Amino acid sequence: MKKVLAIVMAMMLILSAAAMAETVKIGVFEPASGDSGAGGKQETLGMQFANQETPTVEIGGVTYDVELVYADNGSDTTKAPSAANSLVDAGVSVVLGSYGSGVSIAGSEIFMNASIPAIGVTCTNPQVTAGNSHYFRICFLDPFQGTVLANYAFKELGATTAYTLGELGNDYDQGLCTYFKQAFEGLGGTVVAESFPTGTADFTSYLTNAANYGAQVFFCPVSIAYSTQIIQQASSQGVTFPILGGDTLDSNKVAEAAKGTNVQIIITTFYQEGAAPEFDEGIKAWLNADSEAMTNNGGNDMIAAVSAMGYDAYYVALEALKAAGSTDSAAVMAALPGVTYDGVSGHIEFDETGDAIRSSAFVKKINNETGEWEFVAEQTVD
Amino acid sequence: MWNTVFPYVLSGISVGGQYALIAIGYTMVYGILRLINFAHGDVFMVAGIVMVYMAASGMPLWLCIPLVLVATALVGFIIERVAYKPLRSAPRMSAMISAIGVSYTLQNLVLYITGGLNQLYPTIPWISDSVTIFGATTKMVTIVTPVLTVILVVALVMLINHTKIGMAMRAVSRDFETSQLMGIKINSVISATFVIGTFLAGVASLLYFTNYTTVIQTSGAMPGLKAFVAAVFGGIGSIPGAVVGAFIIGIAENIIKGLDIILFKAGIISGPMGLATFSDAFTFALLIVILAVKPTGLFGEKTTDKV
Amino acid sequence: MNNQLTKKKIDSATILSAVIVVCLYVAVFIAEQLIAPTSMLFTVLKKGATYALVAVSMNLCNGFTGIFSLGQAGFMLLGAYTYGILTLPVAERVNVYQYYGGGLVQFTLPWFVAMLLGGLVAALFAFLIGLPVLRLKSDYLAIATLGFAEIIRAIFQWDKLGPITNGSNMLRLFPNFNDFNIRGADGQVTVYLSTLVPLLIAGACIGIIVMLINSTFGRALKAIRDDEIAAEAMGIRLASHKRLAFCISSFFAGIGGAMLAMYQSTVQAKGFTTAMTYEILLIVVIGGIGSVTGSCISSFLFVAASEWWLRFLDQKQMIGGFEVPLLRNGFRLVVFSIIIMIVVLFFRQGIMGTRELPDLFRGRRKAKGGAKS
Repeated sequence: MKKVLAIVMAMMLILSAAAMAETVKIGVFEPASGDSGAGGKQETLGMQFANQETPTVEIGGVTYDVELVYADNGSDTTKAPSAANSLVDAGVSVVLGSYGSGVSIAGSEIFMNASIPAIGVTCTNPQVTAGNSHYFRICFLDPFQGTVLANYAFKELGATTAYTLGELGNDYDQGLCTYFKQAFEGLGGTVVAESFPTGTADFTSYLTNAANYGAQVFFCPVSIAYSTQIIQQASSQGVTFPILGGDTLDSNKVAEAAKGTNVQIIITTFYQEGAAPEFDEGIKAWLNADSEAMTNNGGNDMIAAVSAMGYDAYYVALEALKAAGSTDSAAVMAALPGVTYDGVSGHIEFDETGDAIRSSAFVKKINNETGEWEFVAEQTVD
Repeated sequence: MWNTVFPYVLSGISVGGQYALIAIGYTMVYGILRLINFAHGDVFMVAGIVMVYMAASGMPLWLCIPLVLVATALVGFIIERVAYKPLRSAPRMSAMISAIGVSYTLQNLVLYITGGLNQLYPTIPWISDSVTIFGATTKMVTIVTPVLTVILVVALVMLINHTKIGMAMRAVSRDFETSQLMGIKINSVISATFVIGTFLAGVASLLYFTNYTTVIQTSGAMPGLKAFVAAVFGGIGSIPGAVVGAFIIGIAENIIKGLDIILFKAGIISGPMGLATFSDAFTFALLIVILAVKPTGLFGEKTTDKV
Repeated sequence: MNNQLTKKKIDSATILSAVIVVCLYVAVFIAEQLIAPTSMLFTVLKKGATYALVAVSMNLCNGFTGIFSLGQAGFMLLGAYTYGILTLPVAERVNVYQYYGGGLVQFTLPWFVAMLLGGLVAALFAFLIGLPVLRLKSDYLAIATLGFAEIIRAIFQWDKLGPITNGSNMLRLFPNFNDFNIRGADGQVTVYLSTLVPLLIAGACIGIIVMLINSTFGRALKAIRDDEIAAEAMGIRLASHKRLAFCISSFFAGIGGAMLAMYQSTVQAKGFTTAMTYEILLIVVIGGIGSVTGSCISSFLFVAASEWWLRFLDQKQMIGGFEVPLLRNGFRLVVFSIIIMIVVLFFRQGIMGTRELPDLFRGRRKAKGGAKS
């Protein structure tokens, strides 16, 4: 039996090798290092899983192999242009990414000049897609997310004073903090906003500041690396206010840091484990079978929302390729606005700026005993 | 007022103690070789990474801690032999460039090994526990750090003043060539200096990363620079100076982070000014001021260059 | 000394060098029209040109004057921000300064003027910081200038300056290298100039620096580098010469910063870290401290190696079905650092030592005459 299987496999390999000439390349523009490295890797995992599940696509009657081409933008806006350029140079038809709005904006120009469409997966800053026709995105936006969180903080948690903390020069943090502030003040609350320089490790004084200002919530939509630090230091200082965050905090690393502490953590995100059981099962099986994927996921098989988003983004790209009927990037760009797709994270359809039309976000919190995310509510804004 | 300010001072003392331990390495090396060892901060970071990997391999912590310290000292020794010794007769700039090269290499090596991802530092029992003093809650390490720093500094000063190797160190830092002529084995003295300096950086890394639990390849850069500034501030070559400088910088930095609220409560400003942005920059402003006003630092000896 | 000895009549080696440089420019122009503009080659040339200018400006300070400055990133930041703030089209300001209501600056300058102003702002700051700092000795000066760059970075990130600097947020949508392409009526590019123009800007600036180095002023700087006290005894005014050299170096670093802004098409203070200064310093060292040609060559090599040629080291490679070990993300940088350490330790002269391009053609004569610049 094994022999037969081996022969069949070998035949298939040869056949596929014969058909190798037909390959379509999808660029993966994600950070694999730097502050957002962990998140970028998890987002890439979703794409890799999808690619493994559906490795071919039929474009104009021909079956193409899909090849993922990676470029590490290092979570750094100065490294992003050349990373983007390496994708363009590799001849990709469409780009997925990036985790982090700043690097997406920094790479945007390169893709535009090469007429390559890009599908933002979890870059939530409005500036990514505003004023251009080549950048699309499948997630919700910060004004929406900020409002959801502000509403939750004001109405559900009953807070009237909020403290927001973001990283200097991080467009994601600064944007989300601003929108949160606008919404929260609109509701009648007061907000104190502060920022910390890149590379800060000591957040104790910022936590003290929040306490001194009498904040009832601590809003820090920062990258995973900083948020784990903040949580641990908050725990050792014995803070009483809950910590609120955006989609970046939805990571098993954050859950791990909060496990066994008394710090309450509430976030908004794109996906909650259990919403698409088939996908959950599939990706968990894959993670458990592939040790490298497991490491990239942070050592356990908890599904990050960004992985689900990466998974959906891959299929949206395939839909676009099918609709374009060609691997030509300009044709894909022309086809993208008309693409609709029902993914694991919900229905995806683009509006005229290229943003996904989404009206709800998941609110989750950490169970401090088990160190796992728990579903709280699905929140919409009117 | 005191209740407002105290937590910042507490954070400052804690981080200041850790800077002090790093700063000693800078000041000793500079005292002997006239070299700014830019890689010192990165050795501190490497110590953190070694600890992460040792603990992850399942080794018990009581074994990890001494091993980390030995490994760090070894790294310091190797760096000196490989990167600085061949350049001893070269211009001072060459050795400094070599130090920058080593710093770059260490960071990239750690980037490669960790895959660029933040590593969670293992929890060391007891010093990680929370404790409340004067109404401020903090980790035990905050209190342990200054005490341990003072003990180590006293021990080091004793070593320098009362042992043979210490005397050799003082002689070498006073006059390199003459001490060589007097039969002092320059190479072993310099190696000993590096071993002591990096050993203390290893201790600092244990304390620092227990407090701020994430290690990444760039973790050492800022603490390293600040520790160097502390060494200059206190008067380079002077160990007590480096310690005093480090505490001042640590406290000042944390007070700046909370300056908005302190000034606000004192009624000096009416709203947040965003002064926390300058928490890192302040250290360097202090450096430029001290260099312009008193280039030899607080406790530095006045030296005149011979023609 | 060759340059001075043969100052009156331009020798054949200099002419040959000039011909080579012109040929290179022509080759780039032709290549740009023929090869797809998305090729990595052009990225390398654009970024290389930027880095070459900055490296040469650093060399002027560190290599020719002996002022060991590590403030390059700070001066580049000043140039880049000045350029970005002043060239941003008024209509786009509302989008870019989204949190600051469009910002305070409500006019736009031509790119060339803004670039020059970028250089001047950098030079002005260099003058101010030079007052206290230039009196310091080598390594103290290094650490003080490095600190200065960090202070500048913090100031530009300060929220209260947001209406001018856009706080810590990104500046973008200003004219970049691609705007140098000449477009036809239909919007299609007819003549590609997006690589040639940056090379010309960098070339012109480097040309000015070379002329400076070969002037009386340049010889005074070298004298200061070799022996301050002797130079002073010979009647060279130390302070003013050093200050002028520092300002000129910063001026060109500022221009380089503006070019970097054009290359990246975005500017953010966060990116101008000490790591950037170190990178440029290493370029200077690899090229040879005290050689303009060396700095230029090593800039292009450094950029090409790190962005293009060595990128394969970061990805898994299969050779004949065998997976090459060690290759994964970050390996490129490890290889890179090892090469740099080897150069620093064993080839302290770098690629060119203190020689320049024309010297290569008069190699033999020099060996006989023993004259060395």
